[in-house]
Amino acid sequence: MKLKLTSIIPLTVALSTASAAYADKWSDMFPHIKNTGDIPGECSYESMSKKDYSGQKLTINTHAVPVMGEPTALHAEQFSKLTGAEVDVIHTPAGDLYSKAMVPFQAGQAPYDIVFGFSNFIRDWMQYLEPVPAKYVEMRQMKDVTQSHIDVASWDGQMIQYPIDGDRHYLKYRKDVIDNPEYQAKYKAETGKELRVPQTWKEYAEIASFFNGWDWDNDGELEYGSAEVMKKDDLMYAAFYSRSVAYSKNPRTPGGFFFDLETMEPLINGPGFVEALTDWVEATKYVPPGGINFGLGDEINSFGGGQTLFSFSWDDAFVAAMEDGSPIKNKVGAAPLPGSDRVWNRVSGAWEETYNQAPYIVWGWAAAVAKKSKNHEMAFDYLCFFANDANHQADIAIGRFGVNPFKKSDFVPEIYVERQGWDEQIAKEYSETLIEMEEKSTNRVFPLRVPGVFQFNSALATGAAKALAGQLSPQEALDEVADQWRKITKRIGADTIREAYAVGVALEDNLK
Amino acid sequence: MNFKHKYLFLFPGLLVLIGILIFPVGFTVRLSMSSWDSFFPGLDYVGLENYFRLFQDDSRFWEAFGRLSFLSVTTVTLQYVLGFALALMVWKDIAFKRFFRVLFLIPMMTTPVIMTVIWKTFFHESLGPVNDFLNIFGWNPLWLSSEILSKVTVIIVEVWQWTPFMFLLLLAGLLSLPKEPYLAASIDGAGPYRTFIYVTFPLMAPISIGAIIIRLIEASKIMDTVYVLTSGGPGTATETSSFYIFIKGLREFQFGYSAALSFTYLIIMIISLTIIAKVLVRLMIRE
Repeated sequence: MKLKLTSIIPLTVALSTASAAYADKWSDMFPHIKNTGDIPGECSYESMSKKDYSGQKLTINTHAVPVMGEPTALHAEQFSKLTGAEVDVIHTPAGDLYSKAMVPFQAGQAPYDIVFGFSNFIRDWMQYLEPVPAKYVEMRQMKDVTQSHIDVASWDGQMIQYPIDGDRHYLKYRKDVIDNPEYQAKYKAETGKELRVPQTWKEYAEIASFFNGWDWDNDGELEYGSAEVMKKDDLMYAAFYSRSVAYSKNPRTPGGFFFDLETMEPLINGPGFVEALTDWVEATKYVPPGGINFGLGDEINSFGGGQTLFSFSWDDAFVAAMEDGSPIKNKVGAAPLPGSDRVWNRVSGAWEETYNQAPYIVWGWAAAVAKKSKNHEMAFDYLCFFANDANHQADIAIGRFGVNPFKKSDFVPEIYVERQGWDEQIAKEYSETLIEMEEKSTNRVFPLRVPGVFQFNSALATGAAKALAGQLSPQEALDEVADQWRKITKRIGADTIREAYAVGVALEDNLK
Repeated sequence: MNFKHKYLFLFPGLLVLIGILIFPVGFTVRLSMSSWDSFFPGLDYVGLENYFRLFQDDSRFWEAFGRLSFLSVTTVTLQYVLGFALALMVWKDIAFKRFFRVLFLIPMMTTPVIMTVIWKTFFHESLGPVNDFLNIFGWNPLWLSSEILSKVTVIIVEVWQWTPFMFLLLLAGLLSLPKEPYLAASIDGAGPYRTFIYVTFPLMAPISIGAIIIRLIEASKIMDTVYVLTSGGPGTATETSSFYIFIKGLREFQFGYSAALSFTYLIIMIISLTIIAKVLVRLMIRE
């Protein structure tokens, strides 16, 4: 899907003029939007103030503060002031979001009007969720959402989740080190290679190893090569998929990345995945001490705190690093995930010795309205208000909020330069990296979104963790995972899984 | 006389018993014979399928059980030894006796999850103060990411948190001991060591067994420490039965299967704790 300039230009103009006109009555009342003021739209502050939900109550189950929990509560408070609605926000740890909604869903109860969770819950939750009404899908602010994130929020063409966040995994690196002529010369002298943003995972490992365990930023502390999410069951499976896509997502072999869609045989123990896991086991040598036990929070703190040269995963580490007060503000760069010099062809059963790169449009935060809620309109209005242009622009500037770019108008470098004080070149690299993944790549991998998705991901996390801990070799670990996946598929039903998986494969194979 | 009205008085208690014990166990057994998961919600009937899966095809559960046994026995043994030592220390008249008695109880009064978060921060390998200190001597132990040390870390946190419980029970036992045996031992010229071996320890045996069994029951449910410290890792190095059941039930949403795991685990624990209690009685109580 090509980026449509016709849709971006008016938005950019609107956002730019909004930034000049920030001192409006709404930004006086709600300082959160002081940088832009209210931005006209169907769910703007002005529009919401004309609604009257007095005497009605909205109950929202969201994540704990601050990530997503803080913006949910903040926008609930704003929504309440504007519309008179009573909004009750319940905060739940990430690991319990799925079950806290699923238990009442399955029991036929509706304790929450709105549920927050991860976008890959969609297949398990969709039967209990109210699809987003056409009125909202047709709104101008929705037209600004990238096609990738429309796809992530939709099931077979129908929007089920309301887009509030955009996620993908990409590479973050210390620009002040990679671009440093002194280090470039040192690296060249010692390795005979150019120091540059790594193009492959092997190059990533070489550079990370070189910059591991010494004080390269002269702050008196040791620095390390890479911070990664390696802690079992703490989203680490997503990190593994990021490392696997280059080796295993072959654009010439459509029909499935996780499974062979035809046979539903797991591909997870194929040579491409094994190569990625072998790289990852090697990576335990260039992460900070205890890095094998890093969750996402540790990764953000480690890279954002200037402890490592590289990191890759969600936007949060980059945004945290670029916030005011960060010791490495304007010293970091963004780039696509590294690729590989070869890619596995599962049809021919051989490696293709050619460069390959594939973006991983990882799952992120999602919100949806419960089918059994009695307040559908108010609930959708809240979500629409949450994601209106003014709130969204303010939210993406705050790293701890966990709200990341998903609108086409987010990928305009000027907004980061003008509003957040980013270096021009960094803002340009960041915007280009993201928009390239979102709108231009034809070799994307989407998250696994099938019934029982947690069983599959949990089995993978266990296998990968065993390999990282040295309990099993990469091949043994992934053979064990494949065995588990076969059993899960058998239990749930191969046809059921295939039907759901086909929806994701169609996106990956650019059929829709 | 007609005593039938006594059943009327028993009825409320019986109702409570059914409500809080018999119904949940019965429901768990029924649930364990269903395939309830995220995709098939509901109490269908699959017979003993989940139990066959557990016994024939789930080595991870049994490995977790082995790990749990090791962690429980180790932590409770250490808690007993340390708790007994501390109780003996403040049993006799020493300066600031009351202060020490309260001080030793503080870990037990803290919230386990919060304290585990604090311990995790202490033991953080690259950012924590423990390794900051040990770095002075050139050491950088991997408290949370080494297969062996991660178990040691779990043991340290558990022992720190629950030794006070053992201390409390044993101190109460010591304070209730009769004085006559000590007088007799003193007249016979027994020193402190012999007095402890032949008087204190045997007299404390019944309460020791009670304290050990109570702690074993609690330790066998170890979950929050593992969840916060290591998530069962690295690999599966610290994964215990309860954490594994939690993953199957509330992470993977396999309600039916996790019910089978829970019920099997309950039976195993009842049998093993009964055996342990009998062995302890035989070892510690002399005729």
